[in-house]
Parts: sequence; C-alpha cells; structure tokens
Amino acid sequence: MAGITGKDAVLTEYAHRLETLDAPKGRSLTQDAIRRLVRNKAAVLSVFVVGFIIIFAFAGPYFLPWTYDKIDWSGIRKPPNFEAGHYAGTDQNGRDMLARIMQGTQMSLIVAGVATLVSVIIGVIYGAVAGYFGGRVDAVMMRFVDIMYALPYILFVIILVVIFGRNPVLLFVGIGFLEWLTMARIVRGQTMSIKQREFVEAAKAGGAKPWTIIFRHIVPNLTGPVVIYATLTVPEIILTESFLSYLGLGVQEPQTSLGTLISFGAPVAETLPWMLIGPAVVLVSLLLCLTYIGDGLRDALDPKDR
Amino acid sequence: MTEVLKVEDMSVTFELHDSEVQAMREMNFSLAEGETLAVVGESGSGKSQAFLAIMGLLAKNGRAGGRVMMGDVDLLALDSRQLDRYRGKDIAMIFQDPMTSLNPTLKVKTQLSEVLVKHRGFNQQDAVTTSIEMLERVGIPEPVKRANAYPHELSGGMRQRVMIAMALLCQPKILIADEPTTALDVTVQAQMLDLFKSLTEDFGTSLVLITHDLGVVAGVADRMMVMYGGRVVEKGVTDDLFYDPRHPYTLGLLHSTPHIAKRAVRLDPIQGLPPSLENLPKGCAFHPRCAFAFDRCLVERPPLRDVGDGRQKACFYEGPLAYGEVA
Amino acid sequence: MFGYVTRRVLSAIPVALIAVTACFFILRLAPGGPFDGERALPPATLANLRAHYNLDLPLIQQYFIYVSRLLQGDFGPSMVYNDFTVAQMLWIGLPFTLTLGLSAFVIGTLVGLVAGALSAVNQNKWPDYLLVMIVVIGLVVPNFLMAAILQLVFGVYLNWVPAGGWQSGSIPHLVLPITVLVLPHAGRTARLMRGSMIEVLSTNYVRTAKSKGLGQRLILARHAIKPALLPVVSYLGPGLSYLLTGSLVVEQIFALPGIGRYFISAALNRDYGLVLGTTILYMFVILAVNLLVDILYAWLDPKVRYS
Repeated sequence: MAGITGKDAVLTEYAHRLETLDAPKGRSLTQDAIRRLVRNKAAVLSVFVVGFIIIFAFAGPYFLPWTYDKIDWSGIRKPPNFEAGHYAGTDQNGRDMLARIMQGTQMSLIVAGVATLVSVIIGVIYGAVAGYFGGRVDAVMMRFVDIMYALPYILFVIILVVIFGRNPVLLFVGIGFLEWLTMARIVRGQTMSIKQREFVEAAKAGGAKPWTIIFRHIVPNLTGPVVIYATLTVPEIILTESFLSYLGLGVQEPQTSLGTLISFGAPVAETLPWMLIGPAVVLVSLLLCLTYIGDGLRDALDPKDR
Repeated sequence: MTEVLKVEDMSVTFELHDSEVQAMREMNFSLAEGETLAVVGESGSGKSQAFLAIMGLLAKNGRAGGRVMMGDVDLLALDSRQLDRYRGKDIAMIFQDPMTSLNPTLKVKTQLSEVLVKHRGFNQQDAVTTSIEMLERVGIPEPVKRANAYPHELSGGMRQRVMIAMALLCQPKILIADEPTTALDVTVQAQMLDLFKSLTEDFGTSLVLITHDLGVVAGVADRMMVMYGGRVVEKGVTDDLFYDPRHPYTLGLLHSTPHIAKRAVRLDPIQGLPPSLENLPKGCAFHPRCAFAFDRCLVERPPLRDVGDGRQKACFYEGPLAYGEVA
Repeated sequence: MFGYVTRRVLSAIPVALIAVTACFFILRLAPGGPFDGERALPPATLANLRAHYNLDLPLIQQYFIYVSRLLQGDFGPSMVYNDFTVAQMLWIGLPFTLTLGLSAFVIGTLVGLVAGALSAVNQNKWPDYLLVMIVVIGLVVPNFLMAAILQLVFGVYLNWVPAGGWQSGSIPHLVLPITVLVLPHAGRTARLMRGSMIEVLSTNYVRTAKSKGLGQRLILARHAIKPALLPVVSYLGPGLSYLLTGSLVVEQIFALPGIGRYFISAALNRDYGLVLGTTILYMFVILAVNLLVDILYAWLDPKVRYS
C-alpha cells in the first residue's frame, strides 16, 4: 500500500500470519434453522406422530378385516372386541369404529391438504400482487382483506355450503377460500420488503414485466414464511372442517370425517365411550402435533419471534 | 480527589448453548470525582458490555465477575431490586440510539418526571417543573412544548438531549454514555460534546464516555482506556496517549483517523479484522495485525503493566512506535 | 383524537353497506329457494307465495326494498316460520346470544391478558410452562369436543353444574357454556400477549427504564403494558368473530335460547330472511366492536392518530 513507509515489510508478515490462523466457522441461514428445528424436541416428536397418523389413516384399512361402511349385524354397539376384529368397537349401525376412524382421518387430511393448497395459492398471488404494486391497488386490496377478516367467516362458509350443496370438492375449495387471508397479509408484508432489494431493481432495469418479476423473483423468496404459515393453517382448516361436519354441513354419509364421528360419539359418550374416545384422541393429537411443528418451524426460521 | 468508582478485576462472560464466551476480562480502573474517562475500542471489544453489566442490564445469558465498588457497595453483588436504589439516582446511563431508547407511548414529561418522583420523592407537579428546567438547561428550545410531546415528534438530536436531561435529573455521581454521538450528525455531535463538558463541570458528575471515535475523546476526556479483544491494552492521561502512544493498536487508531487539515492520499486503516471473541489468537490478541510483533508475541500474552506517570500498557515491544508521521 | 374517531365511524358505514349487499346477492344467487321443500306446491299457490314475498320482482328491486326496510329496522318476514317476522325472531334470541358472547369475550380477554403477561414476566419458569400448556389445550381441542368432555366430566360424572339447558337468570347453567367459549379465546389472547410482552421487555426503551431504577412493577404497569397491548388489540376484532362463531355450536350443544339455533336450520331451509337478518346482525356487532378496537388502538399508540 502506497504512502506510508515501513509497512511493506509488515504486510508480508501479516499475509503469512493469516494463513496460519483458523478461519472463523461460518454457518448458513438454513443450516442454522435446521439445527434449531432439530433441537426442538416437541417438533421432532410431532413430526413422527403426524407421520404415524398419516400411515395409520391411509395404509391401516388394508390390515383390517372390516371396511368402514360394512355392517356387522351381530355386533351393534359393542365395545372393543379383539376376537371379532373390532379393535375399537362398533357404532350404532354395527360398523367397525377403527375402520371408520381411519376413513375419517383420511378425509380430514385430504380436505386439509387441498384446502391448504387452495389458500396458499390464492393467498400468495393476492399478497404478492398487493405488495408489489403498492399504492392504491394495495390499499383497496388490503381493505378488502380487513373487512373479510372482521366478518364471521364461518357464516360465509355456511352460506357457501347452502348455495352449492354438500359437494365435498366445494367444501375444500370453500374452506381454502376463507383461510387465505392471513397468508395474503404475510405475503404482502414480505413482498414489500423483498421488492426493495437490489435484484428486483436490476430486473426492472432490465425491462422485465411486473408479472415476470413477481413470479420469477419475488415468489421464490417467499418460501420460508409461506411454508411456516401453510403449516400453521393446516390445523385451522382441520378444525373448520370438523366444525362444519359436526354441524352436519360437511362431509356426508357414508363418508365420514373426524368431526362427524365426534358429533355421533358425543351424545352417547356415557354409554358408548369408545365412539368418542377414538376420534377425539386422533383429532387432538393431529392438531397438537401440527401446531408444534408449525411453531417449531417459525422459531427455527425467525428466532426473534419467541 | 475522591474515588467514585473502583472496578476490580472485572469480567463478563456469556453462555452460549454449547460453550462460553468471555466478552471482557481483567478490567481494572478507578474513576475520580468530576473526571471524564474515555473507553475506546472497536465494536466487539467488550467495552459496552462492561458498563451494561455494572448497570445490571446484561442479557440473560451473561454473568459478570469481579467487584465494582461505588463507595462501600459492590454493584455487581446486588440483585435487580437492590440495584434500583442506585440506578437513575447515583449512577445513570445513556445509550447509543436515541430513536429507540425512549418509550413511544409516553409523553416526554412523564419519562422525565418519573425519576424525580421515584428517587427524590418529588410530587408530580414539582417533578414536571424541574424536568422542564432541565430541558432548558440541555439546550432544548420551547421546553414546555417538547415536554408535552411524544418522542417521535422530536428530532434525533433533541431526543438525545432529552436522554441526557433524564439521566442528570437526579444529579448522579456517575454518568455512563455509550456512544452517545454515533447516531447523530457531525454538527450535532460537536454541540453534544460541549453540553457534556459544561454539564459535568456544573454538576460535578464523573463521566465515562464509551466511543470508537478518537475525535470525541480528544475534546472531552481527561483519561482514556483503550480496549482490544476484550482486554484493556493501554491506559493513561489522554494527551499522553495521543502524543506518545505506547501500544501499537493505539498508534494504529490514531493513525487511521483522517486529519481534517491534511489531504490523505488514501485512508490508512489497521490491516485485518477484529478477532472473534470465541476464537482469540494465541499469545497477544493483536499480534496478527501488529507491525511490531515479534516471536514472543505469538506465544505469550502481554500483561497490563505500569510504565510510570499513571500509564499502563499491555505490550512487549519497547522500541519507538511510529511509522511515517503521526497525525 | 376526536377527528380520528369521526373518520373511523364514517368509514365503517360503507363497509356495512357493502357487507349487507354482498350477503344479499350471494344468498339470492344460490340455486334453490325457500319453497323447494318436501311438499310440492300447486303452481298457483307457489306464484302467490312468491308474489307475497316479492320474489317475482327483479333482483335489484328486491334489493332496494330490502335495504329501505332494513333502515327502518324491518328485517322482513321469515319465510319458513310463517307467523314471525325476522326481526321478532332475532329479538327473541339476540339478547341472550349477545350476553353470552360478550361476557365470554370480556372474561376471555382479561384472563388471556393476565395469563400472557405473567407468562412473559416469568419466562421459562413454571408459571410459564403451566400457562403455555393450558393455552395449547384450549387452542387445540375444538370447542364441540371440549363441550362434550366438560359436559361429561363436570355435568354428569361430578355433577357440579348442570350439563345443559337453561333457566332464566340461572348462573350455574352458564358456567359450562361460557367456559367452552372462553378457553380458546383466552388461549389465543394469552399467546399473543406473551409474545408481545416478551418483545417489549427486550426493547431499548425498557432497557432505559430499567437503567433509571424504576423497578419491575412500575416498568410493567407504565412502560410495558401499552406497547405490549397493541398487537393483541388488533386481534380482538377477529377474535370476537371467532367467538360468535363458536357460540353457534355452543348454543346448540347446551340447548340455549340464542340465535344460533335458528341460524343453521334457517340456512338449510333457505330461509333467506332469517339467514340474512342473522348474518347482518352478527356483522353489525362485529363492526361495532372493530370500531371500538380501532379507537382503543389509537389511544394506546399515539402515532396512529394522524392517519
């Protein structure tokens, strides 16, 4: 370096010393997040439990002697009876409870999956558009979200169900349609901060159209928060669906879901407790574990939130 | 000269999940009445942590060792409640960022008057009146209006003045200022330093000024303490250190400060980066960046020793310290 | 502050209007009508019925008739419960539902705030763990399941409180329903409060307050509470929304005389008048609460008042 005498000798010494020093241990953001997540025992345990429940629901029926709608005339309202193959008892129609629980869980999971997908897609697009365009567009779009947020959405779901009949597909879409609000808000917030970053400026300067920018540059950077809130949305959707099914507005006979099972089990729980216990345990475990996983992901990716 | 604060062998350690880090260690100094001591060092040198620890404001995973005597009381041995008797009253602190250091939901007058009510038993009205007088004293125009305002209605410079007023209301013996001018414009900086000087003279407060800016030190401090890698490496009267530095790091700091009257061809920073506290170099912490290091420096850590005239240094090198001209 | 309040009130009016309009058209656009019941009616009767309820007029006209009547407090007749107007039916059930809902809301909010604050201050010590566990249970167990369990345990097995039904002015009959409503709301509120309080306690201005030697109590009461409440207060609007939703089910399970019972059967029977009326009423309550919440927010956060 020019200008100061005596330092050239120092520099060669310094360069030499740099080689002998240990480099500081660097850690990438994802590695950090995974470390934190793995350390969260509740989350890890929950992942296993959820995995088990999924396998239970989808693979279980193949191992059972009874299907969920087959009636066993000799075993109506019976408590668990291992010899007859009714591991969780039977209901008032003589159908095997364990099979019905499995089928119900399947249904709840499918609805949850589809509805989450719907809400993620709608939420991400809506939020990204609002956040990217900003100004009036954003103001109007967000006002709409605010209004929707404040209204009792369940009333709208019920109205939707009333309108379109009890079509299960519509159930998924309808529920998803109402859960996108939070996702939209979060995506909007994130989009607003991402769009300030240099690579977006560069893309704009390069003449990219807004939609290209949104889908190529902004959306891929949203994965973190989107995954977190999608995971947190799933239990809410399961709750909504079971709530509707409980009221008789959700999944219809002979199909069943956890909510429906509970609605049948609750009134007779005194005399036929197995009709309530099974589905209740599965539902609560599922929700609990999903919540822990969602929280764990959120802690892992954004430690300040704790 | 009475001693208002005596720090003995102080250290600050943080517990991480799988290890411990020492942010600062082996700190010894005493502060005389009415004296201004500057604590100088780069970010990460541990300078702020020491004083946060004295004020009982360390993060939850931090521990302080050693003794800090204020009169007969060891401040480090007190718990939060006991410390509250002294904090804000005998010893006060102002922080680096005036933007976030005041409560946005409370009016300025509330945040000021509460110290008087709590520590000096004033009634609300007198407390507010005295606070407004103090606001005037620190140079805030239209003090009544400002007192009734919320912090976000004031500029950065004014907020920092409010912080100073708040700290001095109970006329503490010791005021600790952690980088008080860093977040402010240069012109405001100069005014702030003048304010410090006049207030400490008027109130007889001892001031600890933590900074990385030597310009600030030169104007205000009686003595200075240079820190590197969590330890004190040089200590003494400010003028002595400026004109005759005895530690290569001090020399480097002085040298890297651009001189306003001279036109530099290039800026001349100290080569290299400050060490990670988890991974301090063996021997002297500064040796990888030191122009005067020799073989002893790589293996043995130089202790802080007296070199006469109230000066101390932690360095083995005994020769002349200069490269080119010192500004 | 006054200007802010006025502005909020004025902006709530178009929102209410939009909500009513949206509901109206959505319901009407649905296939099927109130007379598609089990009995097939002779065409003449059907035509008369439709004329009587104005169903043969163009939709837009029906809309304006509806709104003008609405402004006079007339929700129109119920198409299924022939002897009653919607307003009458709402009047029967509304006071009860509102009392139940609002008391559960207030209790739940207070409990949640206190629990959340205590949890935050004692972070990672036993009160925190205990509260977090209770919160999680409250959040995760759906209200209908919770109701069933509580009914069984406290109503039947232990027989401490009645498991259902209603006698005028009887508090014990309200214990279980209110508990079921309070738990999830208190849980969510506590969670928010805890997180918010923890964040506030780690801010620079709380650090300044500590450095002034103010003591924990003063810091909590004066410096921490207002900022910590902000995110929680924002949640209260949707929170009430969830609560009223939950009250639908609770009223059914515990056989309570509120609007909830009518709503679902009205929806299934396509009783436009009743469904619309109930929905509008719920919405008004929520809009009103939202307005109050906005005002509360402005009081807590001075910066908002200029928006």
